[in-house]
This record gives sequence, C-alpha cells and structure tokens, in this order.
Amino acid sequence: MKRFLLHLREAALLMIGQPSYERYRQHLEDRHPERQPMSRTEFFRNREAARYGSGGGGRCC
Amino acid sequence: MALIGLVAILVVTVSRGEPINALWIVVAASCTFLVAYRYYAMFIAYRVMKLDPARPTPAVYRADGLDYMATDYRVLFGHHFAAIAGAGPLVGPVLAAQMGYLPGTLWILAGVVLAGAVQDFMILFISMRRDGKSLGELVRLEMGAVAGTVALVGTFMIMVIILAVLALIVVRALAESPWGMFTVAATVPLAIAMGIYTRWIRPGRIGEVSIFGMIGLILAIVYGRDVAASEVWGPIFTFTPVQLCWILIGYGAIASILPVWLLLAPRDYLSTFLKIGAILALAIGIVIMAPPLRMPALTQFIDGGGPVWSGSLFPFLFITIACGAVSGFHALIASGTTPKLIASEADAPFIGYGGMLTEAFVAIMALIGASILDPGIYFAMNSPAAILGKDPASAAAAVTAMGFPVSPQTLIQTARDVGEATIISRTGGAPTLAVAMAEIFSHVLGGPGMKAFWYHFAILFEALFILTAVDAGTRAGRFMLQDLIGLAMPSFRSSSALLPGMIATGLCVAAWGFFLYQGVTDPLGGVNTLWPVFGISNQMLAAMALMLGTVVLFRMKQHRFAWVTLVPTAWLLICTISAGALKLFSPDPAVSFIAHGLKFSRAAANGQILAPAKSMAEMNSIVFNDWVDAGLCALFLIVVITLLLFTIRTCLAAWRTPRPSAHEIVPDMVSAP
Repeated sequence: MKRFLLHLREAALLMIGQPSYERYRQHLEDRHPERQPMSRTEFFRNREAARYGSGGGGRCC
Repeated sequence: MALIGLVAILVVTVSRGEPINALWIVVAASCTFLVAYRYYAMFIAYRVMKLDPARPTPAVYRADGLDYMATDYRVLFGHHFAAIAGAGPLVGPVLAAQMGYLPGTLWILAGVVLAGAVQDFMILFISMRRDGKSLGELVRLEMGAVAGTVALVGTFMIMVIILAVLALIVVRALAESPWGMFTVAATVPLAIAMGIYTRWIRPGRIGEVSIFGMIGLILAIVYGRDVAASEVWGPIFTFTPVQLCWILIGYGAIASILPVWLLLAPRDYLSTFLKIGAILALAIGIVIMAPPLRMPALTQFIDGGGPVWSGSLFPFLFITIACGAVSGFHALIASGTTPKLIASEADAPFIGYGGMLTEAFVAIMALIGASILDPGIYFAMNSPAAILGKDPASAAAAVTAMGFPVSPQTLIQTARDVGEATIISRTGGAPTLAVAMAEIFSHVLGGPGMKAFWYHFAILFEALFILTAVDAGTRAGRFMLQDLIGLAMPSFRSSSALLPGMIATGLCVAAWGFFLYQGVTDPLGGVNTLWPVFGISNQMLAAMALMLGTVVLFRMKQHRFAWVTLVPTAWLLICTISAGALKLFSPDPAVSFIAHGLKFSRAAANGQILAPAKSMAEMNSIVFNDWVDAGLCALFLIVVITLLLFTIRTCLAAWRTPRPSAHEIVPDMVSAP
C-alpha cells in the first residue's frame, strides 16, 4: 500500500513536470559523488524552468 | 475476450430503433483495445520494430537525474497520458455525434488501433532510438534538411490553428455566462497566490498548494452562483463573444511573457489534476449510471448538410474526430520528454500504444456523453444561431423541423437546471459535454439539485486546461517561430534576448488571435469553419509522422512490414487531401471556402448584401476570411504533398541500398555525462 501511494505521488508530480528529487540525489550519489547536488528548492525551480522553456511546452490539444 | 468484444460491437452496430445502453459501447471499446494491445501492439513491437529489452535507452546511457532518468513505466504512463489528453478527444466526438453515435464509435475504434496508437508508438520508438530527439530533428535526420524545415513550418501553422480553435471553444462556453466567467476569472488570482506560495513561502510544496487551490476552485464554483445572480457583479462578468475574444487575446499575450512560476505553472497543477480527476470520475459515473443512448445510431446528416459542421461522412467525419482516433499532435509529445524517461524498450508498447488507447477511451466517453442527451437538446445547443434564431420557441421549432422533436419548455428547463440563461446555440462542444457531465455526475452524487454545480464544474475543468494549453502553446509557438526565423536570421534564435522573444510572442498571438476573431464574428458560429481546418491540419501532421515511420521502416530494411504505417498513412492522405480539396474546390459554398468567397464577392460587386452580413464592410471581411482560410488549406496541402514526395524518394533510396541505413544513435556513440 505504501509503495502504491509513493508511486501515485511520483506519477502525480511527473504529470506536472517534476521528477523525483530522491532519485536525482540517488543518481548523483551513485554516479557523480564529487558533484554538489542541487537543493530541493533549486531542483524544483530547475525543472519548472525546463518544463516551460524552449524545449518544453509539449502538451496536446 | 475477443468473443465478448465481437458480440458487443455487433450489438452496437446492428441495434436499430431501440435505445441501446452506453455500456455496450464501453464493453466493445475495452475488448477491442485489450485484444489490439495484446496482439497488434506486440506484433509491432517485436516483429516490426524488433525492440530489444536489453538495449540501453537514452534514460539509461545519458542519465543525468533531470531530463534523462529511467522512470517506472506506470509513473511514466501517467506523465505521457496527462500530456496527450486534452480538449481534442472531448470536443471532436461531441461534434461528430451529429451523424449519430455509430460512425464516430467505429472510427474511434478502428482509427486508434490501426492509425493513432501506431503513430504514437512508432514516433516514441524512433525518438527513443535517437537520443530522444524531437519530431523536427527526426525528420531532418532521416529525410534531410528541407523536409525538416517544411515539417517545422507545418507544425507551427497547426499550432496556430489549435490555439485559435481552443480559444474559440472557451469563448463559446463563457460568453453570456457570468457564473462560468467568474469561476474561470477567479483562477487567475488563485493561481497567482499559489505561485507566490511555491516561490517564496514554502518553495516546491506542490501537494499542499494544489489542495489549497482545489478548495479555492470549489469555493469559486459555489459562490459563482451568487455572483452571477448579484445585480452589481452579474453584469460585470457578462461578456459578449467579441469582448471575450479580445480579453483572451490580451490574456494570451500577457500570460505568455509573465514568469512561468507566477501563473502558468500553478494553474498547470490545478488543470492537470482536475483533468485526470474529472476523466476518472466520468468513467466511473458512466459505469454506475449505465445510461441509455438517446441519439440515433445514424442521423440523416451523414450525407452532409448537418447544422453542426458541414460536409458528408467521408471525408469529414474522419477529420472531425482527430484526437481520440489519430492525432498528429501526439507525435510532438512522443518525441518530447517521454522518450528521455523511458527505462526499457520493453516499456514502449505500454506507454506509446497503451497511452493512445486510453485517450481513445476518453473520446468514447465524450461520444457517449453527447449521445445520452436528448437529441433535441443536442441540436439546439450545437446549431448556429443563424438557423435557430434567438428565443426558445424559434429554436425548438427549427430543431423539431430537423426531425428531433423538442419543446421550448424543455430548452428553458434544461438551461434553468444548469444555471444558465440559455443553452441555445452554445456551440463548440464544451457546453454540450458539460450538460452531459452534469447529467452523469448529478445522477451519482447530489441529485438534480447539483446539476448547476456540476455543469459549472465541467465548464471550469474544460476552460482551465484549455487556457493552460493556450498559454503554454503560445510559448511553444514562440520558440518554434524563433527557430524558423532563426534559419534566415541566426541572431533571432537566442531564447534569452528580449526583443526577438517579444516579437515572436506578438506574431504568435496575432496569428491565432486573427483566426479566433474570425471564428467569433463568424455568423455560423466559427466552430463550423475552424474545426475542419484544425482537423485537416492535425491529421496531416499525423500523416507526416506516419510517413517518417515508413521511411524508418524502409531504412531498417523492414519494408515487408511497411504496411503497418503505409495503410494508415494512405487513409489519412486520402481523407485529408480530399477534405482539403473539397474545402478549396467544391462547388458547394457551405463546404468550400473559394466557392463561398466567390459567391460573396460577386454579390458584393453587384452591391448586394447577403445574409448573414449586414453591411458592405462585413461582406468584404467574409470574402477576405474565405481567402485566408483557402490559402491556409492550400498551404497544408502543399506541405503534406512535399513531404510525401520526400518520403517516396527516401524510401526508394533506402530500398535500393543493400544494408540498413537508419540513423539510429547507439549508446557507444555517446559518453555518459
């Protein structure tokens, strides 16, 4: 049940263009331990800018 | 399963004379989709595309935790579906119901299985094998630079038409409706408050801010009734269609240059969650209520001459239902963020093919919604005012004369039930769907007393995500335009420079604003003219995407399976080229822009004024609009025929080459960042 709710939360956030911050931290820890990860707020703003920037705007009629 | 599906389809197809239950259509659709997914999608995946679950996807070999990130397939399905589902699958089927529920149902079922879902899946596959590149880049890569530019121009034009048509639907839904207007207007300060909250007060807390927002929305609907009834506030929120048109144009221009966090992003949260919630609720509601279909299976309008949109079943039904059966716009989404997030090639059928099947299901629900209404009410809501006249008596008489008996009292009572002044000639599909949703939701929750609430809830739900699409689409159109102008003038491309951005935004708003104004002032209601142009353009984009798919199959040396994309391409080309040609060259002024323009310009030359124009200036503007629309149709035809020639040339070249020549990007070519 807990797993299901976590999935649901992740899906809801990704629908509005916010991928999982936890996964991002995990990725940096595994692959690039030398890099300073963005804070949760920085990550949120970074993704927000990406969704509505020149690459984003993908949405159907 | 196949057997149940077959029985259900047979029941839907052969039932005549007696009303059938909507659940038959639901069962027929579910079984068709499951069978198609299990066999056809898997056939395409493993025989045609030769998906390799072991092959790393861009999300794996390029992983950066941001744009490229392997994502659980269920989570990604939600993301993809939220991006493809919009107003299209809701409005098209409602308009198509003028021919009865049967043609629309059959086209949605066949179209999605053989064309729509194939297109989405194919483009997702092509993009996934090429670093998640966008549609324009993919066409450039596989078919050359000229074809890429032609595709980009076509895409931009389609974007403009989509924005105009969406905005027109909002205008038609909110005009002369203070309750609806107030609730939609209330979302602007609400979204700004949410934006400030996520920016400064508690950054990034989307969950809690969305809950506040939803509460605000419900309060806006509840108190909207009092605002509309108030003698002071009611008139302030009552607008004519032309006033609303200018408000929307101004809004679009301002909203698309404001910082995204202030208005667009928070409203996006509300509209996305509301959209998904409302779609789920509608599905549950239809199953619980199990309403009978009151629309006949076929109406006399299949030969053309319908009041909602003109033209006969072939080819116009196949462009009226675009989204839901096959939508070219999805090619932009399937080559957008989704291919960068997909964790394994084995997930692609579920997301690409399955996502589109789900959207077709939404279209089926919209069709059911329109068909459970009294046909008299349906035609009274969707016919142009020029046919119906202004008051319930004339409208009821006109609709009864069409063969759908309805009394003036029914029209007045329906309007009163949903809390509106009138329901006559509320074209555009959205109000019709809202009446149907009010019917279904109030049956499940709240009883008839809640109808007005649910009607305005449905209007808000549609208006909200359309406004978000207008805003986001204007931004996307601006970047496309900057890219296009940048081809000739490289300095224009910079996305940070202020002036090019402002100019491109202005041009983009002016372009869709022009078509919106034309649609709003069109005496036939605008939807009548604009929706077919939108349908033609959207299906042409789909044809272009499927042509790209064909080229890739030839390049992969899989041409013996090329029928998978060739059959739908051919069908779409036949439909769109014949529809486009009819729109240009048909002798019938109700169908053809040129015939209509000539008729009016001849009359104008003789000093005559033809209805619905009231002055010579209106005559001239009708002629001008006809020529612009005709030019646009011609442009779409040129774009699609050019791409067809490029496709044939590339396929022949690939066929003669003994080795596979697809430009796939293999993981070894890229080093992980």
